[in-house]
Amino acid sequence: MSNQVTSLASGHEGTLRDQFSQYIQRLKGGEMGSLPAIGATIVLAVIFGFSSPFFFTKLNFTNMFVQAAELTMLSSALVFVILLAEIDLSAGVTAGVSMAVFIVLIKSFAWAWVPALLAAFLTGLLIGWVIGFIVAKVGVPSFVVTLAFFLGFQGMQLVLLGEGGVYRIEVPEILAIMNNNLSAWGGWLMIAVCAVVMLALGYWDRGRRARSGLVNRPIAILYIKVAALLLIGGFAVWFMNLDRSQGVIPIMGVPIVVPFTIAILFIGSFVLDRTKFGRHLYAVGGNPEAARRAGIKVARIRIYAFMICAFLAVISGVFHSSRIGNVDGSAGHTIVLSGVAAAVVGGVSLFGGRGKLAHAAIGALVITMIDNGLGLLQMSAGVNFLVEGGVLLFAATLDALARKRSGGPLAR
Amino acid sequence: MSQLPAIELTGVVKSFGPVDVLKGIDFQVYPGRVTALVGDNGAGKSTLIKGLSGVQPYDNGVVKFFGETVDIHNPRQASALGIEVVYQDLALCENLDIVQNMFLGHEELLTGTLHESEMELQATKALQSLSVRTVKSVRQKVSSLSGGQRQTVAIARSVLREAKVVILDEPTAALGVAQTEQVLNLVRRLADSGVAVIMISHNLSDVFKVCDDIAVLYLGRMVAQLKTSETTNTEVISYITGLHSQDTSAITVEGA
Repeated sequence: MSNQVTSLASGHEGTLRDQFSQYIQRLKGGEMGSLPAIGATIVLAVIFGFSSPFFFTKLNFTNMFVQAAELTMLSSALVFVILLAEIDLSAGVTAGVSMAVFIVLIKSFAWAWVPALLAAFLTGLLIGWVIGFIVAKVGVPSFVVTLAFFLGFQGMQLVLLGEGGVYRIEVPEILAIMNNNLSAWGGWLMIAVCAVVMLALGYWDRGRRARSGLVNRPIAILYIKVAALLLIGGFAVWFMNLDRSQGVIPIMGVPIVVPFTIAILFIGSFVLDRTKFGRHLYAVGGNPEAARRAGIKVARIRIYAFMICAFLAVISGVFHSSRIGNVDGSAGHTIVLSGVAAAVVGGVSLFGGRGKLAHAAIGALVITMIDNGLGLLQMSAGVNFLVEGGVLLFAATLDALARKRSGGPLAR
Repeated sequence: MSQLPAIELTGVVKSFGPVDVLKGIDFQVYPGRVTALVGDNGAGKSTLIKGLSGVQPYDNGVVKFFGETVDIHNPRQASALGIEVVYQDLALCENLDIVQNMFLGHEELLTGTLHESEMELQATKALQSLSVRTVKSVRQKVSSLSGGQRQTVAIARSVLREAKVVILDEPTAALGVAQTEQVLNLVRRLADSGVAVIMISHNLSDVFKVCDDIAVLYLGRMVAQLKTSETTNTEVISYITGLHSQDTSAITVEGA
């Protein structure tokens, strides 16, 4: 390294080739992110594509996105607490209870759906606050607190809905999320907006760096990313815009839940990557003592994380109710473990401090593909659970090994 | 020395229940100089430092900061004055990069979002002011840094905060020979930039290599404040072990 003033690099230097070799270096260093999960989606697509003629049909392709949306939301919710090396086993039932509040307010108290939905979200936030308070202020391990809520809220659901109570949802706006589709141009507009936002953020960052007199990465990298988005997204939109109906009435277009999910993932990622709160969340997850000494209010960050988790879990609950068209007393009992599995499979570290929402989304896609593919092959539910369990164990092992490799202690 | 001390303690007392840990300490630290704080385990080094950093305030005594009497009751006040402590365990987040660690808790914002480029620029400047060349990239994760590099980042963080007094708690304790050398050079440059540095150390060869003044604590008393140029290894050891003070049966304060 030379003696000139700018002798310290920032990782932004060099040509496209240098950047690529830096990326390879990071991979070798154990920072694989969601790459194993992306690999898994490709492998799974090939396996299921060959073994089932239905897997790549237009209907199934679109269905998978709809199925994955619910899980994506829940695993994204869990990312906020897993980043703190905590866990929320009650995320699913929190959603169940909040949706029970929603439907009871509509059916028994004749509330309009908008205030009822607001009440459901407030219920979620309140539950998140209580869990966060007990974990952060009282000091009970989150595993135990949320296990207690997991059991307790199953009872709460039964109390609110009555034994065996099933309530149909008759709110068209809620049902539309999972069951209706955008028009063809709506889908194209969605992809265009994504590309514009990506470009704008890229230029915004480059502008800031340039004004500070810092080196920027080759602009080609930004263009390649946007081009990849347009290519993959464009193909998906085109495919979903084809008529996938097996009957007389045509079904076409991107399901409404897709832009919803993308928007929520974008906002969540923005908060994690670009705000002080996000930075502090990663810091607390990495080393709570260091965060405390840096003046970060650790307890407050923990409580907020559990509140965000509960809030996003309620959105997942809304998606679920929208898909099946009703609210029942058993909603959200099993999804939470798939949510944890999705986050870990996607590359979110259970040791805290490492992971992104995009990882959770890719992990959710893997879990959904396994679920969907094995279903199409008419495997029994037993096989399904066995495979999912195996994948989770494999992913968690990768996580532990990667952590070992990057030099961190195995457990804190 | 005609210069105003950065820190001047007079008659500082601290006890935990019946145990008197600090029994009337007088202590001066000067800007631009490295002052070693040595003493055997239990001599009261940590307690003295915790009082200065606001973690455990003193029971009694006067603390002057550049001639003005100040009260330090919590870490925030110490930090506001410009007193920064680099703890032995460094307090870095391994999952964050160098820039993120250096600005942790003091992030620069622009329109409500993190001003990454400004932080990167300032962090780079702080590292350059210490002539740091050992780190590859300021965007490296701390988990990929060696012990010496981590120490460097922790010290550079205090430069970034424009600290006037930097307290280093055994900065070379866990380091190999080459890295110790690097960190000691760094400590020297930090003092040369006008900062008053207090360095706790058990390693006298490090102390003689880099420190201008040596303050020796023995069982809660400041038994000596010596100039490095006017003392010897043997003399310092005799103060640390208490032999010297038993000979004279009185507390001697030299130098300063």
